[in-house]
Parts: sequence; structure tokens; C-alpha cells
Amino acid sequence: MEVIKAKNLVKRFGKLEAVKGVSFGVQEGEIFGFLGPNGAGKTTTINMLCTLLAPTEGEAIVNGFNVTRERDQVRGSIGLVFQEPTLDDYLTAEQNLRFHAYAYSIPKKTLEPRMKALLEMVELWDRRKEKINTYSGGMKRRLEIARGLLHHPKVLFLDEPTLGLDPQTRSRIWNHIHELRKKENLAIFMTTHYMDEAENCDRIAVIDHGEIVALDTPDKLKDAVGGDVVTIKTEDNEKAARLLKDQYNFQPDQENGTIRFTVPHGEEFLPGFVSGFPLRLISIGLHRPTLEDVFLKLTGRAIREQEVSQMQNLKRRMRMRGH
Amino acid sequence: MVKFFHSIWVIAYREFLRFIQDRARMISSFTMPVLFLVIFGAGFGKLIGQMMPGVDYIQFMYPGILAMTVLMTSIMSGVSIVWDREFGFLKEVLVSPLNRSGILLGKATGAAGIAVMQGLIMLVIAPFVGVSLSWGIVLGLIPLLLILSISLSALGLLIGARMRSQQGFQLVMQLVIFPMMFLSGIFFPLTGVATWLEVLSKINPVTYGIDAIRQVFLGSQVAGVTIFGHTMGIIESALLVLGVGIVLLIGAVWSFNKQE
Repeated sequence: MEVIKAKNLVKRFGKLEAVKGVSFGVQEGEIFGFLGPNGAGKTTTINMLCTLLAPTEGEAIVNGFNVTRERDQVRGSIGLVFQEPTLDDYLTAEQNLRFHAYAYSIPKKTLEPRMKALLEMVELWDRRKEKINTYSGGMKRRLEIARGLLHHPKVLFLDEPTLGLDPQTRSRIWNHIHELRKKENLAIFMTTHYMDEAENCDRIAVIDHGEIVALDTPDKLKDAVGGDVVTIKTEDNEKAARLLKDQYNFQPDQENGTIRFTVPHGEEFLPGFVSGFPLRLISIGLHRPTLEDVFLKLTGRAIREQEVSQMQNLKRRMRMRGH
Repeated sequence: MVKFFHSIWVIAYREFLRFIQDRARMISSFTMPVLFLVIFGAGFGKLIGQMMPGVDYIQFMYPGILAMTVLMTSIMSGVSIVWDREFGFLKEVLVSPLNRSGILLGKATGAAGIAVMQGLIMLVIAPFVGVSLSWGIVLGLIPLLLILSISLSALGLLIGARMRSQQGFQLVMQLVIFPMMFLSGIFFPLTGVATWLEVLSKINPVTYGIDAIRQVFLGSQVAGVTIFGHTMGIIESALLVLGVGIVLLIGAVWSFNKQE
């Protein structure tokens, strides 16, 4: 059964067309990911699906309800975790959950065991009596996941669920998500711009400039890259790129001082290539394609990292100086 | 319809819960009015006392200070919808199946309820300033405080319904709360002041609320506000404030619903 069905969804803000007609379906129990850079239209799509924004054109059905005509039914049947926290800082975790329960009219009988089970799952049961302003970012996110599930939704929307969290917390949140899917046959619709995170999805829609440019399982998307990715660095990259194009019939991309191209059966290709290449090679690497490569191939550029922290900037500068 | 009232209840419940949890806010909303009462009372007492023979200045000012507590609490609670938006909590509310108008009215109910409670707590200091209390006064006071606080929370919500940032907060304080406070006859009687001041005060609906509250406390010792030659009684003043409040409330609901 399809729990989300979007048909040609369009959202315009004045002249800006943020989402340019996307269509897709999400199956029951599936983890479906929207992968794309910031500003690609991921959050706008989520907001349309969860009734926060009315689509300019097209329609979407969530759990059998139309997102423009049956808003309340849609709202009652989905769970949401936004990019930024939406908890009441001055209340305790338990009070936040109770408020949610009242808002969604959850019967008291089912609430108590449900609350306990969810808080135990996200490992916050012991801290339920503490106010949210004492919580860390990761704890807040975990509590929000628990809250989003309190009313037994069929679909959970996660907008960049691990944005700004440290690696341990990220993997912990992913463990929770997988556990949930197994237990509740829940469909999860998520957006992310982390490539490694997208690997957790059953299917991924790659979105760029408001359009879906590819939609498939992570493995099939990677297969479509066409074999293995070879990255080389030479004494003259310009010349090497030309050579690769004219004599080897590859389509090389140049980025950050390296050249990359894809070949089928990379392991067998390399030895012959190294001995026969006319220019001096400084380095050579071979890897199975990643989603990063998929994105690069589909859009011709790497995912824009906009939230580069100062630390990363510093590291990058150090690297450029040759460290 | 059931859902509409359910929405009001859920949102109001959260406002109360928050109020009880947040002691700092509770205490801070008392300090300013009490400070005003003490300092103004000591400073202007003698001077203004001469203008109103028979009425002690502190006794004159105390009902106004009570109203001031209600005024500040209601407007601030109303405008606190901006904080809900800024800290994301409003989003949790907006994606829930709660009714939109119910959300806003729940916020108003919560804000008004808290303001009335704050006002009633201020009664504790009545014996210290020589104001005598009776059950009649308290019973007469409650509906008046309620009407005043609903109207003023509606004003706060109307301002906050579309506001996107906290910066506006400071502006509200300076451009709304202070003028409304000083132009309402809290601190001095409006008889015999400059014409422009008198006109502005009579446009200010808070003036009528305060006047009614004062009449409940001091009875016929104080005359009501005179407008176009007519002296307003308690009921008339209360109805006027209520009328303004309903208009503001409708405006706030409309404005809040429209933005989504």
C-alpha cells in the first residue's frame, strides 16, 4: 500500500519556483529519502505533505487523505520531526509529551504504556522529569522522535533528523529509526544532505533545483554511475583530462586538483592504465561509487556544503597550505 | 464544536502549566507594580493628595496598580506567541489536529486567566496600603479583571500574531504598554489635566477598565470618567472594554488564521 502519493507537486513563492513538479510514492514500512543540497526544495516538499504549506499546483495523498482538502485527518495521522527543535523549553519532557497527547486526543489508557515504551526506546525515561532547557541537542531530537510517534502515526517525517549532531548521536538516532521500522511497520519520509545517512534509505529520490533527477534504491543508483570511480592526480591535470577524453573515451570531471572518471571493472583496468599512461601520475585511487558520485554524475557538481563550520574551514585552509 | 473547545482547553492548559513552572516570570511581574506603588506613593503622595481631598493617594493608586499588573501580564502573555514561533513550539501546535481559531482563543484564555490570578494575588498587599477589602469588592473585581485581561491579551495576540522576530518585543513594551499605562489614570486623576492628555486618555480603553476597578474599591469617593458630558458607571465602562476586546479578539483570530 502506498502511504504517500505525490502527483506533480509545485510550490511557487512569488517568482521563485521552489518545487517544480515532483511525483513519487512511498510504500508502507519503507524508508524513503530525499537527498539534495540545501535549498533544493526538500523542506518545502515536506511542508506541503504535512499541510503546513498549500501546494501551488498538483496534489498529494497522505494515508489516504488529501493534503489540501483533508488537512486535519492528515495532521492526525502523521508524525513530524523538524530540523529545528519544536519543544517547549520551560516544560519537562513528560509535560511536552502529555501536551502532545492532549492535542492529538490520545486516550489515557494507551498513553501511559506508549509513553514509557517510547521514552525507554530513546533512552530518556530516567530524565523525563527534567526541563527541556537542560537537554542537549541530541536528547531533544530523540525526544522529538518519541513525541512524533506517540499518537501511532503511519508515516514519520524527519526533516534532516541528525543535522548538527555529533557522529555518535547520529548513529544512535539511526539505530532508533531502524528499530522503529521493524516494530511498527512505519513508513519514514526523510530529507538529508548527508550522503552516508542516505545509505540507510530503502529508496532515494535525488532532488536538485526543485526537481527529482533520479529515484531508486541506493545500490541501483550507484550502479547507474557505470562501474568504479578512479581518481587520479597528475603533474598536468589539464593535459591528462584531454588525454583521457580523446584517447581513452572517458568523461573525466576535474575537482579540487583531481580528475575522476568511471570504468567498469576498475581492478582489472588499473594495472594496464598505470603502465600505459603517458603523463607522470602523482596519485591514483579506486573506489566503488558512493552516493556522492551519484550526485556528481547526475548534477555535474558536488553537494553544496553550506553549513561549513569554522573548524572545517580552518581544516580546509590548513589542507590548502599543504598540511 | 467539541474540537474547538478542546483546542482552547489544551492550549490554555499549557499556558497555565508554563506559568506555574516559570517562577521568575511570576515574581518579575509583581516587582514593577509594587515598586511603582511604593515610589510614586512616597514621592507624589502629598502633592496629588491635595488635588483630591478625602482620598489618600496610595488608596487612589492601588486599584490602578492592580490593573497595571493585569495589563502587563496580559499583553506580554499575548505577545508571547512570538516566542512560541521563534522557539519552534508554535510549529508543533500548528501541525497538530487542533483547531486554528481554538489555538488563538486558548492562548487568550490562558493569558487572561494568568493575568486575573496575578491581579488577585496583588490583593495580598491591600491591607498594607490601607485599602479595605470585602467579599463584595473581590466578587465585583473578578469579572472586571477578567474583561480587562481578555481585551488586553487580545491586543497582545493581535500584535504578536504576525510578528516574526523578538525584536518587536521591545518595541511593544515602549510603544504600547508604557503609553497605555501612563495614559490611563493609573498614577493621577484625569480631571484638570491638559486637554491633549485628557483626549488621549479617553481614547485609551484601559482608562475605563481602571476607572471601573477604582470605583469598585473606592465607591462614590471617585467620580467616573466623563465622556461627552456623560459620566461612565462601572457596568458601562466594563461593557466598553469588553466591546473593544471582542473586536481585538476577532481581529487576532482573523490575522492568525490568514497567515497559514
